[in-house]
Amino acid sequence: MTILFSVLLIFGAAFIGPMAAKYFRNVSGWVLALFPLTVFVYLLSYIPLVSGGEVFRESYTWVSYLGINLSFYLDGFSLMFALIVSGVGTFIMIYGGGYLGADPKLPRFYFSILLFMGSMLGVVLADNIIALFIFWELTSISSYLLIGYKHEKEESRKSALQALLITGSGGLVLLAGLILLGMMAGTMEISEMLSDPAVLADHPWYLGMLICILIGAFTKSAQFPFHFWLPGAMAAPTPVSAYLHSATMVKAGIYLLARLSPVISGTVEWTYIVTITGAITMLISAWLALAHTDLKKLLAYSTVMALGTLTMLLGMGHEYAVKAVAVFILGHSLYKGALFMVAGTIDHEAGTRDVTQLGGLRKLMPFTATFGCIAALSMAGIAPLLGFIGKELVYEAALSAAIFPMFFIFAAVAANVAVVATSAIVVLKPFFGEFKETPKKVHEAPVSMWIGPAFLSVLSILFGVLPFMIDGTLITKAAASIAGTPELVVSLSLWHGINAALILSVLTLLSGIGVFFLWDNFRSSKVMQGYDRVLGVAPKNGYEHTLNGILSFASAQTRFFQNGYLRYYLLTLITFFVVLTGYTIVAKTDMAMMLDFSDIMFYEWILAGVIITAAFAAVFASSGLVAIAALGVVGYSISLVYVLFSAPDLAITQVLVETLTVILVALVLVHIPKFQGYTAPSSKIRDGIIAAGAGLVVTLVMLAVLTLDFDPYMSEYFAENSYVVAYGRNIVNVILVDFRALDTFGEIVVLGVAGVGVYGLIKFGRKLHAKEGTNV
Amino acid sequence: MEPLLAIVIGVLVALSVYLLLRKNLVRVVIGVVILSNAVNLLIFTLGRLDRGIPPLIAAGEYVPTEAIANPLPQALVLTAIVIGFGLFAYALVLTYRAYTEMGTINVDDMRVAEPAYKGEELPETAVTEGEEK
Repeated sequence: MTILFSVLLIFGAAFIGPMAAKYFRNVSGWVLALFPLTVFVYLLSYIPLVSGGEVFRESYTWVSYLGINLSFYLDGFSLMFALIVSGVGTFIMIYGGGYLGADPKLPRFYFSILLFMGSMLGVVLADNIIALFIFWELTSISSYLLIGYKHEKEESRKSALQALLITGSGGLVLLAGLILLGMMAGTMEISEMLSDPAVLADHPWYLGMLICILIGAFTKSAQFPFHFWLPGAMAAPTPVSAYLHSATMVKAGIYLLARLSPVISGTVEWTYIVTITGAITMLISAWLALAHTDLKKLLAYSTVMALGTLTMLLGMGHEYAVKAVAVFILGHSLYKGALFMVAGTIDHEAGTRDVTQLGGLRKLMPFTATFGCIAALSMAGIAPLLGFIGKELVYEAALSAAIFPMFFIFAAVAANVAVVATSAIVVLKPFFGEFKETPKKVHEAPVSMWIGPAFLSVLSILFGVLPFMIDGTLITKAAASIAGTPELVVSLSLWHGINAALILSVLTLLSGIGVFFLWDNFRSSKVMQGYDRVLGVAPKNGYEHTLNGILSFASAQTRFFQNGYLRYYLLTLITFFVVLTGYTIVAKTDMAMMLDFSDIMFYEWILAGVIITAAFAAVFASSGLVAIAALGVVGYSISLVYVLFSAPDLAITQVLVETLTVILVALVLVHIPKFQGYTAPSSKIRDGIIAAGAGLVVTLVMLAVLTLDFDPYMSEYFAENSYVVAYGRNIVNVILVDFRALDTFGEIVVLGVAGVGVYGLIKFGRKLHAKEGTNV
Repeated sequence: MEPLLAIVIGVLVALSVYLLLRKNLVRVVIGVVILSNAVNLLIFTLGRLDRGIPPLIAAGEYVPTEAIANPLPQALVLTAIVIGFGLFAYALVLTYRAYTEMGTINVDDMRVAEPAYKGEELPETAVTEGEEK
């Protein structure tokens, strides 16, 4: 098995998924879980090697001359992420099978979620930044399908589009950033950038590249002010939220920043932008959670808080921060995945996920309640769970921040107070207290729906109590990859003695419990409602206004250009022709036009005068008959030009065609009444100027062409071969029927089609009128 | 002669463009006729002009023995004249047909296929789908 194969296996499973849903019915989730499980076990086999300091690289040539290859890179950090993706993914398949059970759209769910899983594995394993980008976009697309799963609901479609537009437009900016990065580093492979971190900070493009990459990462990871799409995405079915919106997709931005941080971090710009954006997101969203009573919204905002924390830590970038990132990612994935699944189970069994309508469910669903509580304890950061270790490290990191340490300590503590309260709300409200009647009669969920939370929450305890299980095997190398210092060693422990971080933890816990007890009043207070309006709802409205603005701009623009008036289309086209060609001829040629009238015979002057006079008469005649007669004069005069200048065939054709033209116009005009449309004199003047300009440009272009030497190559070829090859003495005719016979054939076809069209238009029209006549 | 014809062609183009921008569909079609004449003349002129030496091979000869006029633009223009006539005939009948269907030859009133914009009334002559029912 190779890394490529493990990614392809999941993509392959996406196509098997819909069939599996049909054949295995109730157990299809369990069957499909075998695919991510296989990948998970395969990746586990790398742990001894990776923790020993090895890295693995696989490369398949793709568009090599652009430096684009399908290459994979496995080191401590990508291994940890890939394990989370495949491990949580395994339980999500089982859970999804149980949760969506009888839903007829289940095959579609399997397809989309496995497509997403494969893409996400690709993101965290890709070595080539373009390959990474393609997987990145695939996660956006598959998440669009997943969020819009309940496509019959307008809210789902809107949320799906919102997530797609925000992550997709961020992705576009990211592509620009990645290409800049590749050009600056001279390689598209992350592994090569990491092994030889060229000095990018002094490069003139550094700031532009950094901002592009940050916008990509911030939109994907829902950083302020893009944070609103994640709570909006809760329209997705819960298995999707548990997977995409806690453990995997939203962390892709974090992954990217962490992955590239040895290459692009460490500058003043990085430190300020990333740290402060992260801290603001963390603080704002932690408290936004408390304005909501929907379990999933509560969890979604606390996820945004976690993403903010991780961003802040990456911005700091020192040793504590890097350790905290590695531990926090793992800890958060474990407890948040479990809590989302628990929230989904409650919703599934009780028919509501509004915490104010839930209570006392612990006796009815003991397993779900137990595992939910364990996960919530980890989220609240209570010893001895992994969440505690993670939070301690966050505090340690904030305490040793290089800039504004007091601000970051305050922000971290304040945000975690809200998280403690949120953790308490999401489990204490539904499971404890008085039993409340719910829309559905509550039963314990089937095993498929609590096995995931069970495993994940037990791991939270296990890794918390026995941190040596992960520190040497996973965390050390993951942290070392982020820091870019292979020699970094992480040793985790629960007890650090009484220090500042521990005191802050106790303070956080007590305040959080206090907030929990005050929550019922606090939530409906004016302060909280206003807070939600300004920071939660307003950015979303801003997005919607922008979107509507773009749409109405687009329709106004379409209306302006595609106004339905033929004249304005022509006016636009001709004006562009006049301006652009006119500019070129004036600016780019030397204007040495040949204006030599010496060789012109007197009758040629007269002929030219007749053509021009007749043409003016055809245009400005007040009577239709005069106009037709003048049109005929123009045509016959032109045939005289052909006669004078050695083109007898043209003259004959022109006379015939001109005769027919005049007859046809006369015939038709008899049936059409005289039309005198009023046109404002200003429009006439405008049209006249444009028309004069067009004529002038054509004359200038012709005069410019006439100054060039004439190349007779083709003409001589036809003259020399006309008789020798084609046995004809009239060279023009030979060209038409022999050398260019296919053109002439095409011409005949065109005439035939026009003839059929003319016949049809007249014939069909008469029938139509006859019918109308009988009806009346 | 070429410079003089270049000016004549310029005048013809200007007049035909002016006609193309009119509301009266018949005048637009006349504009098309003049424009195609102008373009034919343009191709012919740019192939350079010669007086009285049509591109023919004398009897008994294999190749032209004396200078001849350029045959290539003549062949191109010959095709163009005929195609131009086809286009014109079709456009003219279409005009006639449009008049019988819509009762107008004012291009501004022919808006059946155009969306009715807010605050804009469709001309009475236009037949909309709703009215047909």
